[in-house]
Amino acid sequence: MTRQLIELDRVEKNYGEVRALTGVSAEIREGEFFSLLGPSGCGKTTLLRTIAGFEDLSGGQLRIDGQDMRGVPANKRPTNMVFQSYAIFPHLSVGENVGFGLRRKGLGREAMAREVGQALDMVGLGGYETRASHALSGGQRQRVALARALVLKPRVLLLDEPLSALDKKLREQMQVELRKLQRQVGITFILVTHDQEEALIMSDRIAVMFDGGIAQLDSPQVLYRRPVSRRVAEFIGVMNFLDASVGGNGADGLEVDVAGLGRVALDPAQCPEGRSGTSTVVGLRPETMTILFDTSEKAARVAEGSVSEVVYFGDMTYYDVTLDGVAAPVTISMRNLPGRPVLDRGARARVGWDAGAMVLFR
Amino acid sequence: MKGRGLATYAVAYLLFLYAPVILLPLFAFNDGTIIAFPLQGFTTGWFVQLTRIEALHDSVFNSLWIALTTAVLSTCFGLFAARASARYRFPAKGGIMGLIMLPLVLPEIIVAVALLVVLLQLGIDLGAWTVILGHVLICTPFSIAILNSAFLSLDESLEEASYDLGETKWSTFRLITLPLVMPGIISSMLIAFTISLDEFIIAFFLTGNEPTLPVYLWSQLRFPTKIPIVMALGTIMLVASLLLLTAAEYFRRRGVARTGAKDSGGFL
Ligand SMILES: Nc1ncnc2c1ncn2[C@@H]1O[C@H](COP(=O)(O)OP(=O)(O)OP(=O)(O)O)[C@@H](O)[C@H]1O
Ligand SMILES: [Mg+2]
Repeated sequence: MTRQLIELDRVEKNYGEVRALTGVSAEIREGEFFSLLGPSGCGKTTLLRTIAGFEDLSGGQLRIDGQDMRGVPANKRPTNMVFQSYAIFPHLSVGENVGFGLRRKGLGREAMAREVGQALDMVGLGGYETRASHALSGGQRQRVALARALVLKPRVLLLDEPLSALDKKLREQMQVELRKLQRQVGITFILVTHDQEEALIMSDRIAVMFDGGIAQLDSPQVLYRRPVSRRVAEFIGVMNFLDASVGGNGADGLEVDVAGLGRVALDPAQCPEGRSGTSTVVGLRPETMTILFDTSEKAARVAEGSVSEVVYFGDMTYYDVTLDGVAAPVTISMRNLPGRPVLDRGARARVGWDAGAMVLFR
Repeated sequence: MKGRGLATYAVAYLLFLYAPVILLPLFAFNDGTIIAFPLQGFTTGWFVQLTRIEALHDSVFNSLWIALTTAVLSTCFGLFAARASARYRFPAKGGIMGLIMLPLVLPEIIVAVALLVVLLQLGIDLGAWTVILGHVLICTPFSIAILNSAFLSLDESLEEASYDLGETKWSTFRLITLPLVMPGIISSMLIAFTISLDEFIIAFFLTGNEPTLPVYLWSQLRFPTKIPIVMALGTIMLVASLLLLTAAEYFRRRGVARTGAKDSGGFL
């Protein structure tokens, strides 16, 4: 069991009337890549700045390494931050930027130059020491900001949307690099992002935030497969929602009548805790449903419908299929394997699905 | 033709602007006491005479150190006020900043008379320091305006980054903030220095028996024979201010190049 490095205990932050954080509790483990994911204004940056020490708590407690951080200013915390704007000091060279935080460590000139060199090597900018920092590209600035923070070997590296200023190609490349770098240095990373794909790709665990609170904290797989609420499910990827009514507990689990699909028995793992009432909603991801192109293809369960929209993506085709007896269409994604046809709008389709992929919502 | 009309206008405008200035060196080297054409002949005599007038030297010295002190003080005050206005929120901020900036549009004669009345009531002797007081009052708004824009264009996360990397608030100010707003500080000093150097009304009211250069020059204009000397002095000041402006622009451009900011155009 890995150690808890950061403990957030009902952390609150108010800006006057605005309640930016409404009681956030979470534990962040030593050495993990942790992401804060949520829509704009949900309090991600506020939480990150609270951990960094730029904002005081309005309530609750924050411990780093078991130590209460109340009254500990940002410059005394074992955290370092990579800012969204990178905050590279424009009047200093690349080497001076990276060595900035080392000056207080009382290293000799040579030891310092060595550390700076190693940090720059680590981010792939070896030999850039004397470059003027304003002559760098976006990706290079990002790397300098990383090197500048990592050279201090903090316990926690905080990153506020570090990739949002980069273009798509570079962003995807940096996502992979950042993840590699984190494994290599073994430092705890806390990343703020509003890009769900980015969070899924990079993180060990993700906290999904809405309205100043954490809605769900789980690994990417659990988050994707078993979102606890419709809101989380909608925020991460695409999910189809179908009305359902809950019956009693049967031999194979909870019996649920799903509109357009019929009766299923759901495992307790597929149901939220503390659920009550009979009328509810179930969710199914697009890739857990298939279109059965010829009659010999088998599936756990089969439903009938007609294709109402086709979107061709090259490697994938997305179908909107209106199931018989249901008004709203469901989205189904199919890989375009060799020999597999693409259906036209209006065609009839047999839809294969599996109750095991279903999630029941409150 | 529209183009020619505009060109004529532009030429006439520039002539009106600079012809009097060009007359200055012309008559400074003219061998005659009357300021009129035709020119009499070449002489450097007026410049030689300049070096012999004790009272003039005193007034130049007075003006210089008054201007320098004013530049330093108003830039310091400007730094504090601009910093506060750019970074902090406090009650009645708008009103307070408005009152600080008011001297910018207040007629100088009002400032001068009001100060004079108050100083006399308080029984304070007039002299260089009272002039400095008045000049700081009118220069500080300019300093604030210049420094405010310098602080506003400074990314706040740069200071946070330095603090985050272990520096204190003060060392952050010294290592990050100060170097980055330095072009603003230099501009502010130059503007305040220039305003103070040629300010007349306040200096005239508050100067006591230590006249500044403008006040001294004004007193000399009553003697027509002294006018060529004044012209010679004017020529020296013209050259000096050109050099100063060139230096200022050089430093500004160097600052822009160093921080890699986009050159949004300076004074020159
Ligand atoms: N300094 C501040 N003063 C007042 N309100 C603030 C301040 N900083 C943030 N807020 C408010 O707190 C809430 C959370 O802001 P925060 O910056 O943490 O959001 P975020 O999740 O980072 O959003 P984004 O993705 O847009 O960056 C918002 O409603 C915001 O308006
Ligand atoms: Mg943010």
